[in-house]
Amino acid sequence: MTISAALDGSKRSRSGRFGRMVEDRLPYLIVAPAILILLLVGLFPLIYSLIVSFQHITMTDNDTSFVGFMNYAELFKDARLWASLGHTAIITAIALPLELLIGFLMAQLFIERMPGRQLFVALLVLPTVISPIVAGATWRLMFDVRFGPIGEILSFFAGEPVRILWTVNPYFVYPAIIICEVWQWSPFMFLLLLAALSNVDQSQLEAAELDGASYFRVLRAIVLPAIAPVIAVACLIRGLDLVRIFDIIWALTEGGPGSMTETISLYTYVQGFSQFETSYTAAIAFLVIALLTVITTLVLKRMELAR
Amino acid sequence: MRLGGVPSRKTRVLALRYLGAAALTLFFLFPVYWLFMISFKTPDEIYHVPPLWVPSHIQFSNYYVLFKDGDVWAIANSMIVAGVSSFFAIILGTLCAYSLARFNTGGDNLAMWIISQRMIPPIAVVFPIFLVYVYFGLVDGFFGLVLLYTAFNLPYVIWMMRGYIVDVPLELEESALVDGLSRWDVIWKVVFPMVRPGLVATSVFTFVFAWNDFIFALVLTRTEVITFPVQLTHYFGGQSNFWAKIAAMSVLGTLPIFVAVTMMQRYLVRGISLGAVKG
Repeated sequence: MTISAALDGSKRSRSGRFGRMVEDRLPYLIVAPAILILLLVGLFPLIYSLIVSFQHITMTDNDTSFVGFMNYAELFKDARLWASLGHTAIITAIALPLELLIGFLMAQLFIERMPGRQLFVALLVLPTVISPIVAGATWRLMFDVRFGPIGEILSFFAGEPVRILWTVNPYFVYPAIIICEVWQWSPFMFLLLLAALSNVDQSQLEAAELDGASYFRVLRAIVLPAIAPVIAVACLIRGLDLVRIFDIIWALTEGGPGSMTETISLYTYVQGFSQFETSYTAAIAFLVIALLTVITTLVLKRMELAR
Repeated sequence: MRLGGVPSRKTRVLALRYLGAAALTLFFLFPVYWLFMISFKTPDEIYHVPPLWVPSHIQFSNYYVLFKDGDVWAIANSMIVAGVSSFFAIILGTLCAYSLARFNTGGDNLAMWIISQRMIPPIAVVFPIFLVYVYFGLVDGFFGLVLLYTAFNLPYVIWMMRGYIVDVPLELEESALVDGLSRWDVIWKVVFPMVRPGLVATSVFTFVFAWNDFIFALVLTRTEVITFPVQLTHYFGGQSNFWAKIAAMSVLGTLPIFVAVTMMQRYLVRGISLGAVKG
């Protein structure tokens, strides 16, 4: 730092009543712009749509009179809504454990030093940073029944031509979505678990090895408890992402065939932007927020634990 | 060490690990490879049955078409929107983070509220935002998108930077204050340089999040300010003769991210785990 800068600073810090006032209120002044934007873009629209959710606005009907809880009552009778929540739950319940398991196995493989390890890790994380819409598009090309390589590879192993309409056939749409999802996000789990595993106390591991403890005993008694907080954080971050899954499915199946792979995010989108059920969509949005608030609270508690 | 042709157990284990590593790399990178290869193929090669594993030669006509048809404007739009919003999010977010970290402004509640903003699913907020944007005429414009991505990334920046600032030794700032620097100068001349690596990493991830976003852009763009993920989905549907464009556009939208993230490798774990895991 230059002397002139320091002098300049000292002059300003002691100059006048205005300077003092700014200095005293600085903590609030520098928080204000960020909070203002968050309120403007985050909170204000939410309040607005809360009001809308108690009205009955559709594309054709611009009536702003209040209808009470009608839209919310409607939610309970909406079979397609509950089906979409079910689809979301299925994808989350299958993809999350798979990602965790694959990520853990990958981390185990790379935990000990080996030449070229850095390069492998750098390459393996690439899927995670790709835009999910690109990931979906890529797998759509991969799965293509005529020009995609997957059918070709399967045919090679099966010894006969295998033709599967991955993104259309009801039996294969879920596997297709889950393969793409697991491909993109297992490396996320891998990275976090690799970091966690490297922080496990080495002296404990060595002591256990001297005592002749088996691999699984060491895993259960030392390794898993040590990395449990990271597993919790990783699962909760991924869990939240999976519950709001949209991009990959949009790129792969667009919710089809029919509405078979429609998740809650897709359904909300359809209601709001192709059916133009304005008030009803606002009600769905609040249902989603209510559901996720529960998970979010959990996440935050865990994150505080892991800090 | 053992003499003769029988490899030791250690060598065999290492060989197995390399085999596993190679298999994993094949699985996780093959789709990326495929995408790049399609972008270099001629239409005849793309629609060849059975699929060709390598194009006969590398040619860039698929990219040329993107430039000729003006589709690359979507990349430019993404650059502007992600760049400008990241800039604002970083400046405003870091200042806010400093206040939270050093003065504990608003206590734990404010910090919790801010990070909870990050957890709200985009689909739940995008609809209300859309209603408000329509009312104010902000749909399909740079201002609306930049404002949205700034707000969307602020909680992340605040949360991450709070972590980095807490790591700066308090004594440094105190001695600067004793030397007569104002608090404002301390922030810019002492704290910012100290957290610069974290700041750069956070900027990169902020940029990536805005760059990769699809759902906000899908709802809030029409024809003027289309970002690259939205442009990509325009090629879907109906005929498959847009494969060349899908692949080339995907590569253009992915390459910068690969470069940026590879440079930020050291900060990757902390960056994607919201600071919960310090890799």
